Amino acid sequence: MLTIGSVAPDFELYAKPDQKVRLSGLRGKNVILAFYPADWSPVCGNQMSLYNEMESFFIRQNAQLVGISVDSRWCHTAFAEQNKFGFPLLADFEPKGAVSKVYEAYDEGTGECRRALYVIDQNGVIRWNYLSPIDVNPGADGILNALEQINKSTTNDNTINTAGK
Amino acid sequence: MTTQLIPLVNSNDHVSGEGSAVIEVVEYGDYQCPYCGRAYPIIKSIQERLGPQLRFVFRNFPLSKIHPHAFLAAVATEAAGLQDKFWEMHDIVFENQHSLELSSLYQMADIIGLDRERFSNDIQQQELIEKVEKDFESGIRSGVNGTPTFFINGRKYDGSWEEAELYQYLKNLHAKPSMEE
Repeated sequence: MLTIGSVAPDFELYAKPDQKVRLSGLRGKNVILAFYPADWSPVCGNQMSLYNEMESFFIRQNAQLVGISVDSRWCHTAFAEQNKFGFPLLADFEPKGAVSKVYEAYDEGTGECRRALYVIDQNGVIRWNYLSPIDVNPGADGILNALEQINKSTTNDNTINTAGK
Repeated sequence: MTTQLIPLVNSNDHVSGEGSAVIEVVEYGDYQCPYCGRAYPIIKSIQERLGPQLRFVFRNFPLSKIHPHAFLAAVATEAAGLQDKFWEMHDIVFENQHSLELSSLYQMADIIGLDRERFSNDIQQQELIEKVEKDFESGIRSGVNGTPTFFINGRKYDGSWEEAELYQYLKNLHAKPSMEE
């Protein structure tokens, strides 16, 4: 896993057949990167469905969730429609797993992503990471705690800045 | 990730069983979830078998995007709770989880003898909606990652909840309560 405090490497991947998402385009928001092994496999469905229910929590924390796997944009589209996902699934498809490898979230044995989570702050700095066993849905408490930590420190910084002026 | 129930069982919870029970099972469940539907008779049976040794608590964890009726069904049970019939509603809702439209919820309310006007008013109360949302949030904080998720004496239980396995696990806890600490 990339270390906490380092700058999250930028990337651009397809989110829909005709639309790409660039990480640096999300600056100003906290970003949750959720790498997961594959569309359609049951545990992943659960993990992504759980995160899908948390839209209001993430909005409150000024956060954007993106899921990433090596499935194609067409596969992602069908998977997202079936489960009514309200967040983008990015296709790390060509060259296969390139972004996942950079984020040390790629399993060479299976050719799929590992179940890795990153929380990146508004300035693009990695603030939290977690690697879950492949068959365990890690839930969302870690993500939520990390986001609250970030927002607490941001508020404090703002207070200090204002006070200094 | 966390395995600790947050917050612990308190006066906002619906509790079935005695305060003196040595085993406490908390379920985070979704009324439209088929797995929760399957767990329902298992819990019932285990409650019967363990009698006063077991205290059972249900908290709402509706996955609204995939189960469009789950949230309102949860609110309906909370509304029944205001008329002291939470568990009657909880049971009848699980027993009819294939049809949880509003009209069905009204029928169930009639069957268990709720005051219909009051029920109709209460299911629109912001307070009850917030109660269900709070339950969901407490589940997230506690590391719930799907439904049903069980906490036994305050700790997340990752074992099988098939009746034989769950019963044996609880029975063993009771046999050596000192090992729990």
